Amino acid sequence: MSGEHGELPIAARVRRLEERLIAAGLATDEELDEILERVFTSASPVNGARMVARSWKDPGYRDRLLADGNAAAAELGFGAGTRGYLLKAVENTPAVHNMIVCTLCSCYPTALLGPSPSWYKSFAYRSRAVREPRAVLAEFGLELPDSTEIRVWDANSETRYLVLPLRAEGADETDESVLASLVTRNGLIGTAIR
Amino acid sequence: MTKFAAGSRVRARVADPDGHTRLPRYARGHTGEVVEVRADWQLPDEAVRGVFRAEPVYAVRFNAAELWGSGSHSVILDLWESYLEEAP
Repeated sequence: MSGEHGELPIAARVRRLEERLIAAGLATDEELDEILERVFTSASPVNGARMVARSWKDPGYRDRLLADGNAAAAELGFGAGTRGYLLKAVENTPAVHNMIVCTLCSCYPTALLGPSPSWYKSFAYRSRAVREPRAVLAEFGLELPDSTEIRVWDANSETRYLVLPLRAEGADETDESVLASLVTRNGLIGTAIR
Repeated sequence: MTKFAAGSRVRARVADPDGHTRLPRYARGHTGEVVEVRADWQLPDEAVRGVFRAEPVYAVRFNAAELWGSGSHSVILDLWESYLEEAP
C-alpha cells in the first residue's frame, strides 16, 4: 500500500481494516492494490463522457445504453469498472431533467464519473437534493424552466446512475471526441446541463 | 411472481430499526408508485448481520408533494419488498 499518508490516523485505520480482510481470507494485498489502481488511474469522467458522446452520435448505442447500462459500458471497454452493480442511464430531454444523489452515502459509478467530488458527499447536497433540487441546481448555475420536470434518483450500492445530458447542438456534424470534451462530471451527475 | 409490479401503488412502512436499513426516513409512511422491478437482492438490514436473504427490490417513485408537502419534482428510490405494503 502507498505510504504517502501513512502518518494520518485514517491511514492506520484503513490499514487495520485491510489486514483484517486479508487475515479473513476475503482479499489479498494484490487485489486491494489492483482495485485502488483502477479507481485512481482509470476511473474518470472522461469515460462517462465518451458514452454520452457515442449516444449522441449513434441512436442504436443510445437505445442500448438506456436499456442496459452495464452492457453499454462494457461495449466501450468499461465493463470491469462497472461490475457488481446495476448501471442505469437516465436521459435528459427538454421536458425532463434528471439528477443523482446518494442520500445514504456517496454511491455513484466511479469508473465512469471519477472519484466523487466532496460536495456530492456533503450532508447539504445529500439532504437538499431530494428536498429542493431546483434550488440546488440554481446554486450550480443551472436555472431550469418551471415547465421542466425534475427527477431525483437516490442511488445505492446496488443501483448507480449516469445522467445522459441533452444532446449538444450540431452533434451530427461534430467529431465524437469533440462532443466528449463538452461533457463534464457535473453534467453526468445532473448538476450541469452537460 | 413478485408481490408488486410496475404501476403498483405502494406505501413505505413506518419503521425505525436499530441497525442499518436502506429505507430512508424521508420515505417512511409515504405512498409512491413502482416504476421498475429490479431483481432479487440481499436485504441489507440482515446482510450486515451476516444473514443473507434475497428479496425483490423495486424502484419506487414518490412525488415531492407527498414527501414534503410541497414541490413539483419526484424522487425515485430502490426499496426492498419487506419495506413496502400495498397503498391503502
